[in-house]
Amino acid sequence: MSNLTDLSLTEMKAGLAARMFSAVELTQAHLDAMAANRHLNAYIVETPELALAQAKAVDDGTRGGPLAGIPLGIKDLFATEGVQTTAGSAILKGFVPRYESGVTANLLRDGAVFLGKLNMDEFAMGSSNETSAFGKVISPWKARGSDAELVPGGSSGGSAAAVAARLCAGATGTDTGGSIRQPAAFVGIAGIKPTYGRASRWGTIAFASSLDQAGPMARSVSDCAHLLTSMCGFDDRDSTSLDLPVPDFAAGLTGAMKGKRVGIPAEYRLDGMDPEIAALWDQGIAWLRSEGAEIVSVSLPHTKYALPTYYIVAPAEASSNLARYDGVRYGNRVTPPGGNVHDMYAATRAAGFGKEVKRRIMIGTYVLSAGFYDAYYTQAQKVRALIARDFELAFQQCDVLLTPTAPSPAFAFGAKADPIAMYLNDVFTVPASLAGLPAMSVPAGLSASGLPLGLQIIGRPLDEMGVLDAGLAIERAAGFTARP
Amino acid sequence: MSDAESATKPFTIKGATGDWEIVVGLEVHAQVTAQAKLFSGASTEFGAEPNAQVSLVDAAMPGMLPVINGECVRQAVRTGLAINAQINKWSRFDRKNYFYPDLPQGYQISQLYHPIVGEGSLEITLDDGTTKTIGIERIHLEQDAGKSVHDLHPSMSYVDLNRSGCALMEIVSRPDIRSPAEAGAYVAALRQLLRYVGSCDGNMDEGSMRADVNVSVRKAGQPFGTRTETKNVNSVRFIMAAVEHEAKRQVDVLESGGSIVQETRLFDPNSGTTRSMRGKEDAHDYRYFPDPDLLPLVFDEAFIDQCRASLPELPAAKRARYQADLGLSPYLAGVLTAEKETADWFETALAATAAKLGKGQAEVSLRVANFVSGDLFGALKRLGKDIGESPVGPDALAELLALGADGTLSGPLMKQVFEAMLETGERAGAIVEQRGLKQVSDTGAIDAAIQTVLDANPDKVAEYRGGKDKLFGFFVGQVMRAMAGKAAPGVVNDRLKALLDG
Repeated sequence: MSNLTDLSLTEMKAGLAARMFSAVELTQAHLDAMAANRHLNAYIVETPELALAQAKAVDDGTRGGPLAGIPLGIKDLFATEGVQTTAGSAILKGFVPRYESGVTANLLRDGAVFLGKLNMDEFAMGSSNETSAFGKVISPWKARGSDAELVPGGSSGGSAAAVAARLCAGATGTDTGGSIRQPAAFVGIAGIKPTYGRASRWGTIAFASSLDQAGPMARSVSDCAHLLTSMCGFDDRDSTSLDLPVPDFAAGLTGAMKGKRVGIPAEYRLDGMDPEIAALWDQGIAWLRSEGAEIVSVSLPHTKYALPTYYIVAPAEASSNLARYDGVRYGNRVTPPGGNVHDMYAATRAAGFGKEVKRRIMIGTYVLSAGFYDAYYTQAQKVRALIARDFELAFQQCDVLLTPTAPSPAFAFGAKADPIAMYLNDVFTVPASLAGLPAMSVPAGLSASGLPLGLQIIGRPLDEMGVLDAGLAIERAAGFTARP
Repeated sequence: MSDAESATKPFTIKGATGDWEIVVGLEVHAQVTAQAKLFSGASTEFGAEPNAQVSLVDAAMPGMLPVINGECVRQAVRTGLAINAQINKWSRFDRKNYFYPDLPQGYQISQLYHPIVGEGSLEITLDDGTTKTIGIERIHLEQDAGKSVHDLHPSMSYVDLNRSGCALMEIVSRPDIRSPAEAGAYVAALRQLLRYVGSCDGNMDEGSMRADVNVSVRKAGQPFGTRTETKNVNSVRFIMAAVEHEAKRQVDVLESGGSIVQETRLFDPNSGTTRSMRGKEDAHDYRYFPDPDLLPLVFDEAFIDQCRASLPELPAAKRARYQADLGLSPYLAGVLTAEKETADWFETALAATAAKLGKGQAEVSLRVANFVSGDLFGALKRLGKDIGESPVGPDALAELLALGADGTLSGPLMKQVFEAMLETGERAGAIVEQRGLKQVSDTGAIDAAIQTVLDANPDKVAEYRGGKDKLFGFFVGQVMRAMAGKAAPGVVNDRLKALLDG
């Protein structure tokens, strides 16, 4: 039964239902795989006892639901009752919440089994998983003919690595500027960020409140659809949660593209674009056309302002959201001898936060400060509105947009030491985040060096179904079967 | 006080270089009356054990989010309507960022840019009866902070988060206040209004109402001077003292060649003085920005209409009605409307008295008003009770007043019966019955008593008849005493006059 971990989530559901294997067997297979792959550093905390108890309850018939017995990994940004939750930060090392996040509570309600907490960039700030206080996550992939370790992408790097390495059937991720889509592309899996407001933010540690959205990462579009249906839903504890019914995405999935209009945004074809990426994009266009879609060229004229806008809005919100980590009530505290409360704050936060988090707190503090607020924050909000309007206008001409997910395949550790070079990784994913749109990455091919590449589909607000259908069409056409 | 000049001549501080006017604006923080906090479900009751009323949201646990409490919104809108203010159907919450241990989030959720209530006004009445309208710039909703306790440990501070997240209305006046008396009258009028509306209990002792006092001084006709802000002053008396002290201090500074620093100051209730709290070097940059966890606060005209319909008759309207419809003096109207409970009590007693006598309210209003503001208030003060705890209820009082009005009881007898009612809690009719306190109008009995008094005081009778009219009162007193106060005073007067003169 060692290949239980290779099954898709859909196959696991069927196998469990047909009693071909038990939930405990399925969970144990994953726990064994986790133990054998600790060098990847994908999990911060493994919870084998909890997982087996949850699986046993499924086998006993006391736990059920659409995801009964499906073993999942949970990004460490989600508060999990009784299990350490750190957001990948030293400042929260040892913090054990007494509450369960809205999203993970939904998954538990539906019978899922939690294997542990997945590593991530500290407070979800990073695109390579190098900023975690618990060490970097290593991608299970290697470039052809090279033994160099590669990044799994970020910030949901632990989720990406674990799903790709078969250390869970699927994982929760969160996406603020691409943190689901970029790592999914880097490790050859699928991942979707729903419309802002679809998934509850309650109990998910905040990075940038107006951008953060949870979503699933899994090895197929259909697997993502199952998880997405469970994770989404109105939560009256989150004021930005949308009080709308959630469709059964898995049931509705067809992959049909006949009569659909697929927009190709001209501005995403950057000067000096990696020819491999450009070729993959063209291939994607050809696939959807042959599936019966109409390809239309659209313009998103404010695209070039998206990255600078994002790097004002997100740090501004983060600088305020992270103020609560002050050492007063929970988390780690550093008290310099003879110091006052302000010395305690400074020492606690100096010791507790990593370099990238500090950088963003400083950027955010700066752009909100008196005299700079209008020039940066107010201006960024205006541009954000223009970017959203770009999409609105484009969606008058098309149903979904097709773009590359990331400008390059996965890179080596330390390759992007310059923060700006790192930030540029988000160039294709950030605009949809700023506009709050549903967007997903699906694996579409391999680079010449044998590394996965993803294509991104962006949809209209609330049209996750359309995004998933286009994703499924790409997935089928690509026939992506490569594995690490 | 009563001369007409006081109304028109501005209050000034006499300095060595001449008269200085003072300019005051008040920011009153009023805790909103609601079961739960502004953005969490935690209770708001005062006096619980430290940190017993703290939700995950109030403690700013990771991943917790604010959700607006609709009752706080309703109370802010009702308050806005009570000051005839513009109600903003679209408002928004901003974060005010600063670090302090009693501020768990590291920011206070407030409304800087788009407050829920805009421009309004409040009329104040000064002791000399003159009135003045004070502009109110805005009312916004915001979270209260927790409380730091510094005296429980030599080197550590404790934090109580019970108050953290409670809803406050910040009511910001225009700089229209020109004297300590006006400042006091404004806060008193505002407190009265909030208590009528029911949006704040106005308990200044418990900190549910406190003011930041902005003061500057200037020579007549000059533009506004630099102001200082004295924080968290928590009684009407202290607010007046803070205004007066701060204005005098500023005049002293200016006249000795110094200049006023725009700064935050603290009021010391023991000395009645203010002192600098923090200087410019600690000036905060609060980095206000719209709270991304909250959507803009939007409501429709129907909601405002509902809020308006739920408002009681407000103090100013009530005072006017008491004068116009009930014929009460401005003084009585003011006393009886000071507290909503008092006015409600008075109106219940008035209606009951009129009904028992089969008369219109205006015909009996003075009788009821005088008794309530005189005898009842006096008794309550003596007993240390609020009107809500009065041993004599409004209907019982009406019965007593009716017995007075129909001649059953004389004035002195009414007082006697009222005392008995206070003591026993029994009704006036029962007491009159049991104790035989009915007024005697029978001329035979009265004549007999008068004769006894005249017989016992032949010298005084002679003096009276010789022209010493003032002795008449003496005879009345003697007769009343002889009849244990039960004689009808009118009859005693008539008969005494007849028998003495005759």
